[in-house]
Amino acid sequence: MAAAPALPGLAARLRAFVAACFAGPVNTLITLGCLGLLALFLPPFVNWALIEATWSGTAATCRAGNGACWAFVREKFWFSIFGLYPFEERWRPATMLVILVAMVVASTIRRFWNRWLLLAWAVAAPAMWILMQGGLFGLPYVQTRLWGGLAITGIIAVFGLALGYPLSILLALGRRSSLPLLRWFCTALIECIRGVPLISLLFMAAIMVPLFLPQGVTVDRLIRVLFAYTLFTAAYMAEVVRGGLQAIPRGQYEAADSLGLTYWQKMRLIILPQALTITIPAQVNTFIGLFKDTTLVVVIGVFDFFTTLRAALGDPNWLGFPTEAYVYAATVYFVLCFAMSRYSLALERRFRAGQR
Amino acid sequence: MKWAVLAAAVAAFLGLSAGDALAGRDLDQIRQRGVLRCGVQAPSNPGFGFPDAQGRWQGFNVEICRAIAITILGDPNRVEFIPVTTQSRFPALASGEVDILSNNSTWTLTRDSNVNRFNFPAIVFYDGQAMMVPRRLNVTSARQLNGATVCVQPGTTTELNLADYFRQHNMRFTPVVVADLDELRRAYDSGRCDVFTNDFAALAAQRTLLSRPQDHIILPERLSKEPLSPVIRQGDEELTNIVAWTVFALIDAEEMGITQANVDQIAATSTDPRVRRLLGVEGNMGESLGAARPDYARQIIRTFGNYGEIYDRWLGPNTPLNLERGMNRTWLQGGLLYAPPAR
Repeated sequence: MAAAPALPGLAARLRAFVAACFAGPVNTLITLGCLGLLALFLPPFVNWALIEATWSGTAATCRAGNGACWAFVREKFWFSIFGLYPFEERWRPATMLVILVAMVVASTIRRFWNRWLLLAWAVAAPAMWILMQGGLFGLPYVQTRLWGGLAITGIIAVFGLALGYPLSILLALGRRSSLPLLRWFCTALIECIRGVPLISLLFMAAIMVPLFLPQGVTVDRLIRVLFAYTLFTAAYMAEVVRGGLQAIPRGQYEAADSLGLTYWQKMRLIILPQALTITIPAQVNTFIGLFKDTTLVVVIGVFDFFTTLRAALGDPNWLGFPTEAYVYAATVYFVLCFAMSRYSLALERRFRAGQR
Repeated sequence: MKWAVLAAAVAAFLGLSAGDALAGRDLDQIRQRGVLRCGVQAPSNPGFGFPDAQGRWQGFNVEICRAIAITILGDPNRVEFIPVTTQSRFPALASGEVDILSNNSTWTLTRDSNVNRFNFPAIVFYDGQAMMVPRRLNVTSARQLNGATVCVQPGTTTELNLADYFRQHNMRFTPVVVADLDELRRAYDSGRCDVFTNDFAALAAQRTLLSRPQDHIILPERLSKEPLSPVIRQGDEELTNIVAWTVFALIDAEEMGITQANVDQIAATSTDPRVRRLLGVEGNMGESLGAARPDYARQIIRTFGNYGEIYDRWLGPNTPLNLERGMNRTWLQGGLLYAPPAR
């Protein structure tokens, strides 16, 4: 591999950027247009969001001012994190969130990609569940229906995506299998789940499924919802993965066969690493979409992060600050989605390094 | 039985007809479980039911459920509040996920009928579509609104009621339709329309958010009837009785001037046989009803006060909503609240 050219310094890059912005009449016009728009919208926004904003106090304090009412977000902040979880026990979802974030961050670091990480998840996942639900080790029991806020958004998103992803690979492989029964089953599953909106799947899981279960058998509602969300994730991701599998040239399959590799060796060592790498942008695209779909759990009464803010808008003492609530929600979702997007770019660069 | 419940759930969801629904003993289930499962509006409903900053449910409908829990179980805290959305409320009730809805559901024939098999034991709030106008227009009646521009949410019964009302009175109007209630309010506030129409309680909540709330009045006419009641499944007469007589106890108490502050004193000193029966000092009203304790009404009033006190705490003039009592006064004061005698 040839040595990469040294990266230009920041000043040089900035100069190049400015030069590009004013290269030719069209670029200059576009640049000036953009600057004009910024000048039009940015100062009033900054004025509203920062300069004239009210940072603490009551609704009356806010109404007396002209700017944003961040006191409202401040008042409802913990509610947006914990939802309806009993307030005295809030250290439990807080701890759970810390573990969840730590595990997710650890899972993004390539150095940790080994058996130990899987083992750590196998320990952390039940530990988080027990911590939240209680009933053991002297922790008071808290029903899953009281879990809420950012904590429940995190649980549904992380577990739904983490469990749905491997399942999607199996489904994609199954759909391209030479065994007709398996192929038909996987195709039918994918099509049936993709064919209905997530809302109706959640509805089925929450309200219909208990009626089909035998007498005396109950499955926790959150588990049912997680199951529905995982299936939905798997069905969508499976098609992305299938795209990757089909993009791999036939020669790769044949080469693997001629080496005498078994089916699973071929997939694990030759095909999947390539198929998954080339579909990273599409995967992350789907991930981000599915992450935002977690807000739909409100239809069955789960108070996810976004719903807590909408509920906060109904507090009669704090009526009339929807803009602040939505700006706050948008910021949180943007930060999380943007982090996913940047991480995918980093992954792409790392995996493609050898191809440049 | 299972299939019947499923059918009811599907029917409630699709609005179709179902066969026989659950004719079970919901009340026994609640007693066995020791907890009343109460469906409240998700995400929230200002004044009626909303979670506070610590995630605890508060509001008018919430206290109604707690009062019913006192009657059935003798304890206002033995309630689980289960948030239900407008779409999921009736399936949730039909499938048994909740025992009772306390979420501002309007009592209608279809919902009460053998089609959907729900019961509406007692009206707790009389709502109805109303119209708000700026004071400067000097309008005192909706009949003076010929030619007005009206701010209304599209695709709702509100819009249909509005059209009906103007047609019925041979008047014309220009609609300004905006789907989002906050946007609609801003349109009205900035003078894009002369009239803002919505259900009375919601309209009053919106009024508090105008730049000068005191400059706007809500006209006395009601364009629709929205009697709001707790809802239970059809088929358990005892539970129906308990919900109804819990609400009646609150109304009776206001009528008799019994309040949170004076209930114990009145119970000890009153010679009025109606008061003594209501508060369980004499007679066996609690037992006949199947209440957890003979003095259930006294416990409810001691905990939450009478109807008027609950109303004032969450909706009345001392709250940001500032809802006038209007139709929700007792019949003695010209309102519609009228409880049958507890005897």
